[in-house]
Amino acid sequence: MLVLLISLILCYVLGLVLPFCVPRKPQTQGMVGSVCSCAASLIGIALGLSGLVAAEPLTASVASLIPLLSFAIRLDPLASFFVLTISLAGLATSIYAIGYLKEFHGRVSVAMLAALTNGFLLSMILVVIADNGFFFLMAWELMSLVSYFLVVTEHEKAEVRDAGFFYLVMTHVGTAFVVLTYLVLFQSAGSFSFESFRHPEQALPDGMKTLVFLAALIGFGTKAGIVPLHGWLPLAHPAAPSHISALMSGVMIKTAIYALIRVYFDFLGGQFPWWWGFTVLLVGTLSALLGVMYALMEHDLKRLLAFHSVENIGIILMGIGAGMIFQTYGLTEFAALGLLAALYHTINHALFKTLLFMGAGSLLYATHTRNMEEYGGLLRRMPWTGLFFLIGALSISALPPTNGFISEWLLFQTLFLSFQLPALFLKLMLPIAAAILALTGVLALACFAKAFGISFLALARSTHARHAEEVPIAMRIAMGSLALLCVGLGLAPMIVVPLLDRITGPLTGLSISDKVLALDGWALAPVNMEFSSVSTPVLAVMLLLCGLLGLVLAFLFGGRLVTRSYKTWGCGITLSPRMAYTATGFVQPIKRVFSTIYQPTIKLETEFLEESRYFAKQRKFEFHIEPVFEQYLYGPVVRAFLGIADRLRILQGGSLHLYLAYIFVTLVVLLLFAV
Amino acid sequence: MHPFIQTISLVTAQAIVLLSVSPFLVGLIRKVKARLQCRQGASLFQPYADLAKLFRKQPVISTASSWIFTATPYILFASTLSAGLLVPTFLSQTPLNFAGNIIALVYLLALGTFFLILAGLDTGSAFGGMGSSREALVASLTEPAMILSIFAIALTAGSTNLSTIVHKTALLEGIVTDPSPHLMALAALFIVALAETGRVPVDNPATHLELTMIHEAMVLEYSGRYLALIEWAAGLKLAVFLSLVANVFAPWGIATTLTPAAMGIGLVVYLVKIAGLAVLIGTIECMFAKLRLFRVTDLLGVAFILALLGLLFFYILRS
Repeated sequence: MLVLLISLILCYVLGLVLPFCVPRKPQTQGMVGSVCSCAASLIGIALGLSGLVAAEPLTASVASLIPLLSFAIRLDPLASFFVLTISLAGLATSIYAIGYLKEFHGRVSVAMLAALTNGFLLSMILVVIADNGFFFLMAWELMSLVSYFLVVTEHEKAEVRDAGFFYLVMTHVGTAFVVLTYLVLFQSAGSFSFESFRHPEQALPDGMKTLVFLAALIGFGTKAGIVPLHGWLPLAHPAAPSHISALMSGVMIKTAIYALIRVYFDFLGGQFPWWWGFTVLLVGTLSALLGVMYALMEHDLKRLLAFHSVENIGIILMGIGAGMIFQTYGLTEFAALGLLAALYHTINHALFKTLLFMGAGSLLYATHTRNMEEYGGLLRRMPWTGLFFLIGALSISALPPTNGFISEWLLFQTLFLSFQLPALFLKLMLPIAAAILALTGVLALACFAKAFGISFLALARSTHARHAEEVPIAMRIAMGSLALLCVGLGLAPMIVVPLLDRITGPLTGLSISDKVLALDGWALAPVNMEFSSVSTPVLAVMLLLCGLLGLVLAFLFGGRLVTRSYKTWGCGITLSPRMAYTATGFVQPIKRVFSTIYQPTIKLETEFLEESRYFAKQRKFEFHIEPVFEQYLYGPVVRAFLGIADRLRILQGGSLHLYLAYIFVTLVVLLLFAV
Repeated sequence: MHPFIQTISLVTAQAIVLLSVSPFLVGLIRKVKARLQCRQGASLFQPYADLAKLFRKQPVISTASSWIFTATPYILFASTLSAGLLVPTFLSQTPLNFAGNIIALVYLLALGTFFLILAGLDTGSAFGGMGSSREALVASLTEPAMILSIFAIALTAGSTNLSTIVHKTALLEGIVTDPSPHLMALAALFIVALAETGRVPVDNPATHLELTMIHEAMVLEYSGRYLALIEWAAGLKLAVFLSLVANVFAPWGIATTLTPAAMGIGLVVYLVKIAGLAVLIGTIECMFAKLRLFRVTDLLGVAFILALLGLLFFYILRS
C-alpha cells in the first residue's frame, strides 16, 4: 500500500511539472496533465479500496526540521473512503478535461490549469490522509490557495476576480477557526499528532470541548458551505472552469465533512452533550431547505448546482447530527446508522454532483451560455449529454432506483427511529426534520424537472441552442461512467454498506452491517425487517417488469404502433419557443407560496403608446429575490471592517520616523511579554 | 406450493386486481357525481370502454418533443403499478413487503410525477408547462404532510412497512387505547390523497379550462395508447391511495392468512371499502368547489398541522 501511496503522490507531482515541459502546445499540455491525474486517480481508487478493507491502517511518517511538524500520514478506513471518493471524481474530471480544455486554448495557460488541477487533487488527498495537525493545516491551506487560483482561471473577467476574492476571504475566515480548533486541541494534547488529540495528556475541560465543537463547525462549515456561511459557493462555482467546479462541489467541500467527522467522532471520542448533535442537525436542516429553495430561483445552471451543494451538505450534516444525538443517548446502533447514511450520501453526492457539473460544463461548451432560458430542445441535439444529465437529475432528486434514493432512505429511517429517544423535544424535532427532508427532496425534484425540462426539452430558445452540437467523446465517457456509477451504487447497497460499516464501526464502536443488510444483502432493513426494509434491485426489476407489462398491454389492446407526427397545437398560431414555459415562469407558483422566505420584489414598468392607453409600447419587468444573507450578514461585517480600516488609516502617517517608532514600541512590548 | 411460485402468483393477483378495479373506481366517482347532480351519468363501466378505444387510436406525437414524451407513459404506468404492489389490498401480508416501505412508495410515485412534469414541458406548449409548474407546487406541499401522517401511524404499529402496519392493526396488535392520533393522521392522509390523485378541491379531473387544470394540462398533448396508459396510471394512483387509506386505518376483514376462504372474504371486503371511499370522494367533489391554486396551500398546511398534532398527541398520551 505504501508503494501505491508513493506512486500516487509521484503521479500528481509529475502532473504538476510535466505540462510546463511541453512548450506552446496547449493540446499536449492538457493531455499530459490529464494522463498524470488519470493515472494518479486510478492508483487512488485502488489505494482507497485497499485501505477500506485493510485490517490495519497504513501509517508512515517523515520527520521535518520545523518543530511540531511531521509529515505523518495514516490511512484508516475513514481516510481511505475519502481518498476513494476524491479519486473517483478526480478520474472522471481528468478524462473530461481532455475534451473540455479545448475551451481554454489560446485564452489562458492550459499548462498552468492542468498543473494546478493535479496540485488541487494532491492537496485534497493530503488533507484526508494527514495524521498531524500542523501537516493537516498546511495541506488545508494549500487546498484553499490552489482552488483559489483555479477559480480565477479566467481572471480577465471582473466578476471572476470578485468571486475569487470573496472565496479567498471566506475560506481564510474559515481557516482561522480551523486553526483555533487545532490550537485548543494542541493545548491539552501537547503535540500536533492526531494520536495525541485522541488521547490527550490531560482531558479537555467541558468549556474547551464546546469551543472545539463550535470552532470546528464554523471553520469546516465555511468550507462545506453551510447556511449562513455558504455565500462563496454560488459565486466561486460558476466562476471556475466546469471540471474544477465539479471537483470543488463534488469533493472539496467533502473534505470539511471528513474533518468534522474526524474531530467529533475521532478526536472527541464521540462523547458530547445532546445539543451538539441538535445544533448540527439544525444547521443541516436549515442548509438543506434554504439551499434547495435558493437553487429553485436560479436560472444560471452552475449557480443552481452550487446551491444544491449547500442542500446536499445539509442532508449529510442531518445524518451526522442525528448520529450524534443517538450517540449521546447511548443508542450506538442508530448513531452508526446515521453516520452510515451521511457517508453514503457523501459518496453519492460526489458522484452525481460531479456528473451534473460536467453536464453543465458540456452545455456551456456547446452553447457558450450558462443561462438556462437560452437553452431548450438540447436533448435532440445532445442525446448523450442529455441522458447522463437526466440520470444525475434522478439521483439528486432521490428517485428510485438510483443512489441518491438509498442514502436519503437510510436518513429517513434514522430520523424515524427517534421514537426511541428519551427526550420528548427530540422525539418531535427529528420527525419534523424528516418532514423538512421530504420537502427538500420534492423541491429538488421540482428544481431538476425545471433544470432538465427547460434546458433539454421543447424547442430551442436561442441560436446557440439551435446550433449546439454533442460534446467530444472524452467528455461523454467521463459523464457516462459517473452515470453508470450512480445507478450502480443505487442497485448495489449490499457492496457499499459493508464497506461503509468498516468506517462507522470503529468510530461508534459497533458494527451494524449485518443488521442493516437482510436477505443476503438483497434488502436493506435498518434495525430489523419488521421496522422497515427496502430493496432497490427488486424495485428496479419491478419497475422494469411493470413497464414491460405496459408495453405488452398496449400491444395487446392496440396492435402494432403507428404514430403520426404533427406540430403541437398552438391555438392557431405557429408554435414558437416564446410560447413555452420559461424557468422563471415554472417556479413562479413556488416563489409565491414561499414568499416569506424569498421576499421577492417585482417591478413592472409599462410605457404606453401616446395615442392610446390600451397599447403598450414596451414593458420592463424586473424581479429580484432578497439576498437576505448578503444584506444582513455579510454586508454589515464588510462595512464594519471597512469602517475599522478607515479609522486605522491614521496609523499610516507616511513618515519613516513614525514607522521606526512603531517597530521600537513593538519590540519593547514583546520584550516586556517575554520577561 | 413453492414459495417463489406462491410469491409470483400473489403479486400477479394483486396486479390484476389493481389494474381491473382502477377504471371502475373512476367510473364510480363519475356516476356518484352525476347522480348527485341529478344526471343519469355514463355507465359504471364507461372508463373501460374509453381505455379500449384509446388503445386502438393512432397516437399523434408532437414534432417538438423528444423520447421523454413517448417514454413517460410507460414510466408513469410502471412506477404507479410498482407502488401499488407495495400496498396491501385484499391480503395483509403482501409478498413484496420487503421490497419497499412507505418511503419507497412515496418516492416511486415521485418518479412518475417527475417524468410527467418533464413530459408536460416537452411539447413546448404553454399549457403543458403550466400544468407541470402547478404539479411541482402541489407535490412539494403534499409530501411533508404525507411523510408526517404516515410516521404518526407507523409509530403505533412500530413499523414503516405497510404490510406490517396493516397486518398488526388487523390482528389488533399495537393498537393504542386512544384513537385520536390515528384519526388526525387519517384526516391528514385523506387530504393528501385528494391532492395527490388530483381531485376536487385541489384539481378537477373533469375540466379542460386553462385557469384551473393541473394534471389535465400536463397530459393535454397525449393521445392514443399513450393517453390510455396515463389515464390508467391515474386510475391506479387513485386505487393505491384508496387502498392505503382503507387498509391502514380500517384493515378489518382483510385476509391475514393464505387460505382461499380468507382471501375471498378479503377481496370482497376490500372492494366494498374502496368503493365506499370512492363514493365519499364523489360526494366531496359535488359539495366543494375547486380551490384557487394559491388557496391549496392552506388546505395542505392544515393536513401538515393535523399530522403533526397526531404525532404530538401520540407522544403525550403515551407518556
